Amino acid sequence: MGRYIHKRFTCPPPPELRGGRPRDYPVVIIGAGPVGLAAAIDLALHGVPSVVLDDSDRVSVGSRAICWAKRTLEIFDRLGIGERMVAKGVTWQVGRLFHGDREVYSFDLLPEAGHKMPAFINLQQYYVEEFLVERCADFPDLIDLRWNNKLVALEQRDGGVDVSVETPEGAYRLHANWLVACDGARSRTRALLGLDFTGRVFEERFLIADVEMKADFPSERWFWFEPLFHTGESALLHKQPDDIYRIDLQLGPDADPEEEKKPENVIPRIKAVVGDRPFELDWVSVYTFQCRRLDKFVHGSVIFAGDSAHIVSPFGARGGNGGIQDVDNLAWKLAAVVKGEADADLLNTYDEERIHGADENILNSARSTNFMTPKSATERVFRRAVLDLAASHVFARRMVNSGRLSAPCSLAGHLLQTPALSEDGVAPGQVCPDAPLTAPDGRSVFLANLVGQEFKLLVVGDVQLPVGIDLPFVQINANGYADQQGFAKARLGRDVVYLVRPDQHIAARFTAPAIEDVARALRRARGDAAVTAQVPA
Amino acid sequence: MTAWLNPDHDGMSGQADDVYEALLAAHEGLTEAESVALNARLILILLNALSDPEMALVAICAARTGIIVKQ
Repeated sequence: MGRYIHKRFTCPPPPELRGGRPRDYPVVIIGAGPVGLAAAIDLALHGVPSVVLDDSDRVSVGSRAICWAKRTLEIFDRLGIGERMVAKGVTWQVGRLFHGDREVYSFDLLPEAGHKMPAFINLQQYYVEEFLVERCADFPDLIDLRWNNKLVALEQRDGGVDVSVETPEGAYRLHANWLVACDGARSRTRALLGLDFTGRVFEERFLIADVEMKADFPSERWFWFEPLFHTGESALLHKQPDDIYRIDLQLGPDADPEEEKKPENVIPRIKAVVGDRPFELDWVSVYTFQCRRLDKFVHGSVIFAGDSAHIVSPFGARGGNGGIQDVDNLAWKLAAVVKGEADADLLNTYDEERIHGADENILNSARSTNFMTPKSATERVFRRAVLDLAASHVFARRMVNSGRLSAPCSLAGHLLQTPALSEDGVAPGQVCPDAPLTAPDGRSVFLANLVGQEFKLLVVGDVQLPVGIDLPFVQINANGYADQQGFAKARLGRDVVYLVRPDQHIAARFTAPAIEDVARALRRARGDAAVTAQVPA
Repeated sequence: MTAWLNPDHDGMSGQADDVYEALLAAHEGLTEAESVALNARLILILLNALSDPEMALVAICAARTGIIVKQ
């Protein structure tokens, strides 16, 4: 398998440089990384056109984000590239934790069957971006992807944004009603608006190296505390496609990043991990980590998503996965606002729900980083005690923290969700669980492919929906989608009706709903101020 | 054997990270001697909280076993 070859993308000069007047667009997206491209596709699936500006002309250099979680894969599947990602990626679900040369325990992130998507795949960011770029081409009338188009200035006015762009062919301006900033941790949009992150900066340095080698390491996540082969506190090994392995070595706070990046210093460190196998360095980077975010993600007509809004340490794979969950939450809301189906206030719930998600990611990744960097003799004593006990005691395993791996974020208790009256089944706010089903025509399908993209009712069992409900619905019973293996009933309950949001989160749960119940929950889930205003704070 | 000494027992209702964080936060800014003293007080409080002298002895043995294995 050869190494990834970056092709240069080309695009025709924008219409503004072919004699046209400055144009108005509903949405301009800054940054054609995974988050920006996913946003363009999700908006296109809602029929909303966008212009995507990127200051480069190729996909990510270096593998960067590699671990894609089940929830993210479900989102990518809704966007149309999930199956392709799983086919190319390295599927894994088992993690092994070592202390020194001793295996302390292993864990299985998805020990049950009946899910379309695996717990995790590892796939280099450049593949994800390539697949997304190719998927964008399915929407030639809706996605205008402009490579080598660099944002240089922006000004908010009249409920929109004036954007100044530089290209190799010249400069131009355009006006957008909404600007979605997906331009990463060093967001130019953020700088142009004079916004900054608040949060914690960690001084610990880490070396990340991708090496190409033939090896028979299993498709598992291996993590060492105090490894014997490396003088630092920790080491992490991940397998990627194309015989590429990610090796992450903790270096301590005093490491010199320029020195540590030099091949003559990296190679001996890698040899200590992989032994005598021949290998080649594919990509090397020395990092420090931050766990910080913007105070809010929506600033007038400018909306931040992904690393431009919040950054975390990579332990737990909460950066790329968090960014894709931002898009999942934002796209249907922004589309509803652009199409005049919802008031712009609906976007405040993006702030509310995804700041909650970002804080969860920041909390977990900060704790992981703390566990990896004991600050005092006492913290070291406790970590040693936890690692000792973890070999035999489950409670101590729950305290070992090598990264709390990205899990779906619950939106329970937030404004758009109607609290349920009983405890059975999935709580409003949770992601609708997946389950294998048999369609009325005999095809095998997954529930995750039947809900989402628009508001739908999901009926489990023989509940009769009231006459006059004007919503698409999926019914799981003998006459509808058959639950032959019983997974749907086990995960969703019996004789229950769910209102499922376009992002597959449960908005409401009913047992025998009257038509007014469903209508009211739907209006609430769409951010109708007349309903949400009555909700006690 | 009581439930909580079963190695599979997780008595923290999925909040182990919160408890661990609070434990380390309690030690922040203390000298080593102060930390040792805090730990001693905490252990005595927990032994009393068990309300079961026999189980207190079992827990002490479980902790001691870890050290014997090391030697």
